[in-house]
Amino acid sequence: MKRLAWGLSSVAVAALIVAGWSVISSHRWVSPVFLPAPGRAWTALVRGAESGDLLQDVLATVQRMVIGWVIASVLGIALGCVIGLSATARIWLTPTLEFIRPLPASAIIPVGIAFFGLSDTMVLGVIAFGAIWPTLLATVHGFGSIEPRLIEVGRSLLLPWFQVVWKIALPNALPEILAGMRFGLTVALILAVVGEMLAGQEGLGLRVLLAARAFRAPDLFAGVIVLGLLGLTTTQCLGWATNRLLRWQRL
Amino acid sequence: MRWAGAAARGLALPALIVVLAQIAAELWLGQSDSLAAPSTIAVALAQSALDTSLFRLTGQTLISALSGLVLGGGLGLLVGGLLGASRSAARLLYVSLEVFRPIPSVALLPVALLVFGFGYRMEISIVAFACFWPMVIIGQVAIGGVEPRLLEVSRALRLGWISHFGKIILPAALPRLFVALRLAAGIAVIVAVTVEIAANPVGLGYGLMSAQQTLQPALMFALLLWVGVVGWGLNAGLLLAQRRLFNTNGEQKA
Repeated sequence: MKRLAWGLSSVAVAALIVAGWSVISSHRWVSPVFLPAPGRAWTALVRGAESGDLLQDVLATVQRMVIGWVIASVLGIALGCVIGLSATARIWLTPTLEFIRPLPASAIIPVGIAFFGLSDTMVLGVIAFGAIWPTLLATVHGFGSIEPRLIEVGRSLLLPWFQVVWKIALPNALPEILAGMRFGLTVALILAVVGEMLAGQEGLGLRVLLAARAFRAPDLFAGVIVLGLLGLTTTQCLGWATNRLLRWQRL
Repeated sequence: MRWAGAAARGLALPALIVVLAQIAAELWLGQSDSLAAPSTIAVALAQSALDTSLFRLTGQTLISALSGLVLGGGLGLLVGGLLGASRSAARLLYVSLEVFRPIPSVALLPVALLVFGFGYRMEISIVAFACFWPMVIIGQVAIGGVEPRLLEVSRALRLGWISHFGKIILPAALPRLFVALRLAAGIAVIVAVTVEIAANPVGLGYGLMSAQQTLQPALMFALLLWVGVVGWGLNAGLLLAQRRLFNTNGEQKA
């Protein structure tokens, strides 16, 4: 009961902020060129949804983001397994990986353009390359922190190496890998948006950029709202999936 | 000695890559618009350092990143501290913050472009937005996670709120806040470079883009390497400061 009351008042505060936004724009304290009334942004959102082109842009961005992220996750886990399994490989390779980690993923975009031009392949490649690092490093780290006795158990059971990976190492590293993949998805969304803006590929990123260039503030804000919703949905879905996949660990 | 050994092992792979790339370039690479030999990349890096354009671009990126960090991080610290100190405030603002947080920082790029046009202000505002969130979240945990007995001590001593904050809360929360600062600084550089690549014609990101567009792959790879060095150096410097200041590596406490 008390929780519900707090939840409702929290929603009320958010509604107050929207009301404040509405007051500011209706009194024109901020030029409507920059800040459209919430009602107008909402109308633009509904209009875009009804005509179907908003949905098309959302699908294009989601598709790009998810494909790039899946490629990055598969490659990241596979490479991470190979590096993580061998203590020698970890010692020799980790410094290089740690150097690449703080490198802005977007800095790879010019290189991508040099190779693939302003194309869809370039955007996908950049997403895959950028989103690989969190998952790769998490896998390496997760494999490095396995309880040595578990490995001994595997050895005394004479398990072949892929069974050691599948039955012991991967389940142990799963929480870290999932956290890495979650961060990778955030990176993938950002790179998808930037890539669309630069390469002029259809999608939400291009949509908001074109709206800003044409001074269509309501469309711009509608696009930003959709991007926020997209970020919210993806993190919620992955959070939910993480909880499901890790349920056995809490038993 | 052990340190030197670790450094040698760490540098082995990059050295191997450089040597192989140089050999491959000598054998197969003629005139290329997208690839360059390591030797020409080194020359390009040295050249841009000599004509100081490298340092001008780095300065532009760092000024934007640091201004955004101070602005957004400072605001985030204030909000996070408020949320940590008052549970009612945390509960009331929960929905509003959770609605704004998932907006990708680059989604605000067109908004900032519309409001500020090209230049520092636009870049700084986006960096500030990105740096705001880690400070809010970790600030809340840091201020809210102060050992309750310390608060009791402060109450028993009847400290005024200035000395309560300065002598009890701040020293207890500082190690975690510094971790947040390190995280936010990394984000600041990443977002600044991203904004420069996507739109803003200043800084290292723009340098990278224009090197690509003017078909100078050697300069492009040199700047890419330099961006990595800058990001890595910033993180390493802050990590060192953290160890010196708090005598921990942060992870175990935060």
